[in-house]
Amino acid sequence: MLRPDLAVIADAVRAGSRVLDVGCGDGALLHHLRRAKGVDARGLEIDPANVSACVARGLSVIQGDADSDLVDYPHAAFDYAILSQTLQTTKRPDLVVDSLLRIAHQAFVSFPNFAQWRIRLALAFGGRMPVTRQLPARWYDTPNIHHVTIDDFRSLLAERDIAIDGQWFLSGERRRSAAAANLFADHGIFLLRRNGK
Amino acid sequence: MQEDARFGLDRQVTLPAQLKLDCGQILSPVTLAYESYGTLNPDKSNAILICHALTGDQHVASTHPKTGKPGWWTRMVGPGKPIDTNRFCVIAANAIGGCMGSSGPETPAADGAPWAMRFPVVTISDMARSQTLLMDYLGIEKLHAVVGGSMGGMQALAWAAHFPTRVGAALIIASTARHSAQNIAFHEVGRQAIMADPNWRHGNYYADGQGPAAGLAVARMAAHITYLSEHGLTEKFGRRLQGRDAKSFGFDADFQVESYLRHQGLSFTDRFDANSYLYITRAIDYFDLAEEFGGHLAHAFRGTRTRFCLVSFDSDWLYPTSESRSIAHALNAAGAQVSAVELSSPFGHDAFFLDLPEFDRVVAGFLNMGADG
Repeated sequence: MLRPDLAVIADAVRAGSRVLDVGCGDGALLHHLRRAKGVDARGLEIDPANVSACVARGLSVIQGDADSDLVDYPHAAFDYAILSQTLQTTKRPDLVVDSLLRIAHQAFVSFPNFAQWRIRLALAFGGRMPVTRQLPARWYDTPNIHHVTIDDFRSLLAERDIAIDGQWFLSGERRRSAAAANLFADHGIFLLRRNGK
Repeated sequence: MQEDARFGLDRQVTLPAQLKLDCGQILSPVTLAYESYGTLNPDKSNAILICHALTGDQHVASTHPKTGKPGWWTRMVGPGKPIDTNRFCVIAANAIGGCMGSSGPETPAADGAPWAMRFPVVTISDMARSQTLLMDYLGIEKLHAVVGGSMGGMQALAWAAHFPTRVGAALIIASTARHSAQNIAFHEVGRQAIMADPNWRHGNYYADGQGPAAGLAVARMAAHITYLSEHGLTEKFGRRLQGRDAKSFGFDADFQVESYLRHQGLSFTDRFDANSYLYITRAIDYFDLAEEFGGHLAHAFRGTRTRFCLVSFDSDWLYPTSESRSIAHALNAAGAQVSAVELSSPFGHDAFFLDLPEFDRVVAGFLNMGADG
């Protein structure tokens, strides 16, 4: 079973395409895409145990860091770059998104929405950094160093002239509309393209 | 397959080929000593070539004829092991320039006397070329994989770069695409130790068998330090004394680490030829794969369909992870299918000989991908 946001991405990826999953974890999505869609699946992953797990299942995955190692990929080498639940852990999310759209024609970006109502309530009334099912880490040990909301991300895209080819919003397994997403969705998934391409 | 005398342990073949070497000379005939484990399948698609490191040999998983010890990669190669000989036909050949039966300074030249220092200087790519002759002889057009650690990894890279259609996958362990100044410097210390030994006699010591054992032992001692990590040495020996309670205020092997290195050096001279040590270290020093392809490593792999896996170890300072990463970058630029992983081990460069379950999983997973059955 794929994580719900990965299932959305897997569904939207074109069969036979070239895919780079940045922050591919244990390779669940790549493994699924290779089997179900015959994609040319590549990955970049920071955690060595995860890289080993990927290689052990026959995937082509390089140990590396989204912030520093995307520069080594040639232009337009992939049909899709995928950044699932990794954006908020990068040092410079804006530059990472730029890199994704340099090395791939389109990019899927998914992230937990920090403006979801449960988190707002926890912060507003608890007065403490929220710890929820979606964001289980505490403020001092969280890998998420750039908390972002769906509306924040939309404005980043507008500033950088990036087009949205698709968007999906989830709360748990349920889909949410784009209009209600910033308040109700716990995850946003965007399919991006550089304008004019 | 019927009993085929070309396959099995302890084989040696002299091929009438003309091997054109990078130095410009022709080596002919070419003698190769090799072993195979497992059975070649009917469509000859399950062969894995294992290339050995500087002082390794073809006895990957069989008893070494000189030392009587198990082969150097017995823990990795065999039935049900990560490189599974129930599934793959594993082949390993002594590198040319070596001293375990392949053409080298110890073997006879045309005049019947040992080549000694008349043997031409060979390169890593020459080694790979000589192995293609062996594959031709064995009727293997395409290898499922070429696997090697250290110098073996360099040969795997050379195979993939020069013979891309003959290599399905390349597993490169604790290796580099270019020998660094520091690497060359350590080798030069070893060579000078050998050549400074009065018994070396410009390499002409075979007649009376009195070779430069002291020089070769020192070369091995110096090199051995580079295969270990500081942490590993400290953990294994610390400053502990060897068989005594107090310092001797002399120059015996007071410390355990001294005693260990002396033993490593001495036992090495029982199994290795000093001239071969000169030739093989030279081959490694000359290795710069990018140089062979116009200065761009990515050009070595242009259009390749070979799958690559690069494994490095975090405590290896001889061929550190940065070397693997630069190979991975070049392969990325060439659009190759590449995996790269740094494994954690306290044992330095030698980690690839030692027990590391995560390493086993990576090796098996990478090699089994795309294999039959």
